[in-house]
Amino acid sequence: MSVLVYAETEAGKLKKVAFEVASYGKAVADQMGTEVIAVTFNAADADALGNYGVSKVMNISADGNFDAKIYASGIQQAASEAAAKVVVVSSSADSRYLTPLLAVGLEAGYATNVVAAPSNLAPFTVKRTAFTNKAFTQTEISSEVKIIGVSNNAFGLVENATACTVEDFTPGLAASTITVESVDKATDKVTIADAEVVVSGGRGLKGPENWHLIEDLADTLGAATACSKPVSDMGWRPHSEHVGQTGKPVASNLYIAIGVSGAIQHLAGINSSKVKVVINSDPEAPFFKAADYGIVGDAFEVVPQLIEKLKAFKAQA
Amino acid sequence: MKILVCISHVPDTTSKINFVENDTKFDTNGVQYIINPNDEFGLTRAMWLKEKSGAAVDVINVGGAETESTLRKALAIGADKAIRVNTEAVDATQVAKEIVAVIQNDAYDLIIAGRESIDYNGGMVPGMIAAMLGASYVNNCVGLEIEGDKATAVREIDGGKETVSTGLPLVIGGQKGLVEESDLKIPNMRGIMMARKKPLEVVEPNGATALSAITKFEKPAPKGEVKLVDADNVDQLIDLLHNEAKVI
Repeated sequence: MSVLVYAETEAGKLKKVAFEVASYGKAVADQMGTEVIAVTFNAADADALGNYGVSKVMNISADGNFDAKIYASGIQQAASEAAAKVVVVSSSADSRYLTPLLAVGLEAGYATNVVAAPSNLAPFTVKRTAFTNKAFTQTEISSEVKIIGVSNNAFGLVENATACTVEDFTPGLAASTITVESVDKATDKVTIADAEVVVSGGRGLKGPENWHLIEDLADTLGAATACSKPVSDMGWRPHSEHVGQTGKPVASNLYIAIGVSGAIQHLAGINSSKVKVVINSDPEAPFFKAADYGIVGDAFEVVPQLIEKLKAFKAQA
Repeated sequence: MKILVCISHVPDTTSKINFVENDTKFDTNGVQYIINPNDEFGLTRAMWLKEKSGAAVDVINVGGAETESTLRKALAIGADKAIRVNTEAVDATQVAKEIVAVIQNDAYDLIIAGRESIDYNGGMVPGMIAAMLGASYVNNCVGLEIEGDKATAVREIDGGKETVSTGLPLVIGGQKGLVEESDLKIPNMRGIMMARKKPLEVVEPNGATALSAITKFEKPAPKGEVKLVDADNVDQLIDLLHNEAKVI
């Protein structure tokens, strides 16, 4: 028996979410009185998972681009090999892509957007968000193997130094039915999915030529940039930056909205962020009702000041 | 070409979310239902494929009789036939198995489902259908072209996009980008009249069982008032974020 975590890599290095799923897996394993085993693909730094409670890593070598079917087949065989009763995955785009395949393969019940360690092991019960962050559910999983998709930043990183061995694992991987023709990805930028801080701009910025304000503030904070739906609809920013109900979900520790009015569809997508800050010249903007901190003011005056003061703050810290 | 679009019947975004029966059931009182937005982008994309290459487009929902108004709307938008599997499904596994049972009786080249529904946000039905059928699968699909038996799809990834090619049958988890919001079709009177005459088949379930179930709903704790900081005093904001919220 074990808890298996799928620890994701990017260009051979573990991603932050890998440590978060390891931390979550350790909490479940402690409840169950068992160990955490991680499965990775092409991880050069797999032993770092030992800092978060993992006692064994099964590292798979796979050529080429990420492929949901191939990765799901590798993780499925790792789960069988490790006799995993619980499999923990992240909420990254790739994990959400492959895990339904894994769930069918393992005949496992799968809960996505899970925000806390299981409240009970028998019946196995987890808390997850639903209604686009307007409610939580207590969900019971009745299958023998259970899969938990942990909501980004919901559990956080919990250090737990553990002696960790890394082994090569060579499953018979599935054949791909998909050929990747091209990948268009900014590699030097923090993605919305990985970011602890997200800075988002709305129509209040008046045009794409003013986006340096958002980018400079994001750079100062090591944040990802995002935008509201009208901004992506008008083509000021790429669709991949659109956050909200029909865009990307955001679950950052800090979300700063600048010139975003706060339409219900926008708020639905960002509501699971822990701390929300709004800067808007309109004191009646609905975002003020959803935010923790707010400044009523002109973004063109407030944001440059904020950047300057933050730089001073960072230099001090 | 035959296309199946999976339609979720979901509360309108502006609906008040409340629960009844000791917080075990969603309160449907006064709630307006719509086609799940992620499914609607896929339905419109299917309509374009129909206009371009004469594809036949069916829509399917797993649910009770109350979901038929949503299926009729999909017919009014232009789908040819609607199928309702007559059961209240408890989880995504059950929904996927019931849809697969229908597909196995009637082969489809392309199956489109939204990447997730805006009510339960599971995001697993398209992938599960693909796995059960052994079909190709692209999630978070923001672009799709089909030529003969070849498909080119664009997948949104964290931080960018990926273009892939694959064969049919193909299952996609669709979202905005397949078409834009301004492309969505509002049913006109002619469409609504025609929809009344189009077939809406009710199929009895094949007894698929769920692997998980919601036992209780909770509403988030009410949020405190926003703390306002003077526009001339951004130092105070930095102080609050550092010392109070502890996020910087």
